[in-house]
Amino acid sequence: MKVESIFLLFLGVFFTGIGIWYWFWGYEQGGTMLLVGTATLGFLPGLYYFFWHRRFHGHKYFFWGKVHAPGDRPSDRDDAEMAEGAGNIDSFPSSSIWPFVLGMGAFLTVLALVFGAWLMFLGIPLILTALTGVTAESRRGGAV
Amino acid sequence: MTEVIEPTATQLDVPPRGPDGHEPHGAHEDHGPTGILKWLTSTDHKVIGLSYMITSIVIFYLSGIMAMFLRLQLASPHSSLLSFSQYNSLFTMHGALMLYLFAGPFAFGGLANYIVPLQVGAPDMAFPRLNALSYWLYLTGSITMLMGFFVAGGAAQFGWVFYAPLSSATYSPGAGPDVFLMGIALTGFSAIFTGVNLCGTIFYLRAPGMTMFRMPIFTWNMLVTAILILIAFPVLTAAVVMLFCDRHFGTHIYTATGCHFVNGLPMHSCGSPLLFQNLFWFFGHPEVYILALPFFGIVTEILPVFSRRPVFGYKGMVFATMAIAALSTGVWAHHMFTTGAVLLPFFSFLSLLIAVPTGIKFFNWIGTMWHGQLSFKTPMLFSLGFLFAFLMGGVTGIMLASPPIDFFTHDTYFVVAHFHQVLFGTAVFAGFAGVYYWYPKMFGRMLRDGLGKAHFWLTFIGFWITFTPQYIVGLLGMPRRVASYPSNLGWQSYNIVSTVGAFMIASGFAVLLYNFYISWRKPIPAGDNPWDGHTLEWFTTSPPPHHNYTHLPPIRSERPTWDYNHPEHLTLPHGRGAHTNGHNGKNGKGGNGKKAEVGV
Repeated sequence: MKVESIFLLFLGVFFTGIGIWYWFWGYEQGGTMLLVGTATLGFLPGLYYFFWHRRFHGHKYFFWGKVHAPGDRPSDRDDAEMAEGAGNIDSFPSSSIWPFVLGMGAFLTVLALVFGAWLMFLGIPLILTALTGVTAESRRGGAV
Repeated sequence: MTEVIEPTATQLDVPPRGPDGHEPHGAHEDHGPTGILKWLTSTDHKVIGLSYMITSIVIFYLSGIMAMFLRLQLASPHSSLLSFSQYNSLFTMHGALMLYLFAGPFAFGGLANYIVPLQVGAPDMAFPRLNALSYWLYLTGSITMLMGFFVAGGAAQFGWVFYAPLSSATYSPGAGPDVFLMGIALTGFSAIFTGVNLCGTIFYLRAPGMTMFRMPIFTWNMLVTAILILIAFPVLTAAVVMLFCDRHFGTHIYTATGCHFVNGLPMHSCGSPLLFQNLFWFFGHPEVYILALPFFGIVTEILPVFSRRPVFGYKGMVFATMAIAALSTGVWAHHMFTTGAVLLPFFSFLSLLIAVPTGIKFFNWIGTMWHGQLSFKTPMLFSLGFLFAFLMGGVTGIMLASPPIDFFTHDTYFVVAHFHQVLFGTAVFAGFAGVYYWYPKMFGRMLRDGLGKAHFWLTFIGFWITFTPQYIVGLLGMPRRVASYPSNLGWQSYNIVSTVGAFMIASGFAVLLYNFYISWRKPIPAGDNPWDGHTLEWFTTSPPPHHNYTHLPPIRSERPTWDYNHPEHLTLPHGRGAHTNGHNGKNGKGGNGKKAEVGV
């Protein structure tokens, strides 16, 4: 995770620098805020990855308890063997109807803003149904 | 130092990854519904990627037909083929469809969806259901935008940039502009979700040994593009929602109406049309690179394979991509030079600076081909076409980054020619290079090379005939977005040539349709690795099985499939010695110019 964190932290540092330069050159508020937001987008996930990189190497933080130091992930190591990647990775459903239902619900809801609020009576129930369905599907841990 | 890494049976026999803890599935084994229900419910990244590509290519053809009408109109100074409002609608929708619904979704929704998990050795995208939702939002967003042609008042007429206050309810009334904005909002969310998914896949689902600096350049470019999407698209979506509020809910975010002035100065509550331009271009310029970087990645995959060499300057390519992306986010106001309200030297300097990493890329592309054994198959021809086209577009881009030149050429056909050369060079030349290159992997059959070459030459010659005259007529003063022009200014001959070129391009794309048809009716089997490719996707079957791999080769460089198939020409990992140069071996030089030190 070291490369990922450096990649994202570079984004934060770069836009902090650009933002400071831009502000003191032009005193323009809108653009400066956009650059600050972009810098934050780099720092937030970058620091998160940096934290986990350090945890993987046994560093303790604050109240965090006993440290298990597994080292770098197999995907971060030059010499990793394929066997290290065997086993459960995550849940990957083969199919699910709920993204389609959610997409249609969003479609109708957006059209309601243009053609009339009555379309929301179709769109919002579809969105709620889909959100419920996808949550239940995830809890069951399988595909429908 | 001599180092040879042998693939071992043990490594290959271990099932590398099993989703849900199950054994990986066999080739072509699939689960779940079939037929139309499969396309509606599938969360497989390959099905979703194909859905994206098919939809975006249909939109590309629709938008191309609109371009033909535009060119026919301009072939004569006072043509009555289209009314002014029809012309305005067509150029608005042509630009919007090409930029929002074709070039971006084709790359990061289609090709990236299909190829990135394969290239990193993952069974699927990190969030398969979110991935499916992205596609449905993209499809419904496209339908929403196209609805504009069927509502009272017709489609939007304010250009693809929909500047306020032209896009306000006062100057652009009706449902056409509304469905245009809502279409952008839906596709904006689709792009954001895809960006999150790509980041998650690349950060978390890489196979063992696939370190960040062993990822193929295409995957690197898609990662950087995903970050750019996450920077740019939320700003666009927010800008669109605020514009919609201005149009319907009485807010005055982008209009000066309702301002309170004290001593001639607006108070803080005053709306600002320039705010819209700032927000739009904070999306719009990164968008240019969201549309360019994936295609840079495609070309960087193709050139090494058809030059029989590793990519020259791998890390230089990666860092140049990062530099382009970072700089592109700091140059948004170079589209606003003529407003007189932006910091000219800041934006001009950063814009000019982008030429440096772009130049590094060109240098490396040429370095990759240098002393290679070039094979001029269709994907290679399209990649070379991209190099010429993008170079011309890039050079005129450097000119436009200079405010004095921009003041002179702003809103003329010079700018139209510039951005068409940039975007046609990337999305069309490099994009269809990718189609020809990965089509065998996706369908297990080849496209005809002869027809592909006919497609290329018609497109390449037509491209220069179409856009070169537009530079000249722009310098002569012809403004963009006009349906008629005076007949006594000498502009017509250039426009006629441009129209002839456009129809030549169209004939090239008719050949492509025929190529698809022939491939469908009389398939030529492709095999798993018809190009002797380097990267991981060429290790699996064509088309790949459910969850992609039954086994993987050891990953010890950025060319694992090449290493496995050519153990006598292994690519050494970075920092452990030089690259070999594949088959050519001229001068005993490696891919990075050092003497090769590989035991054979």
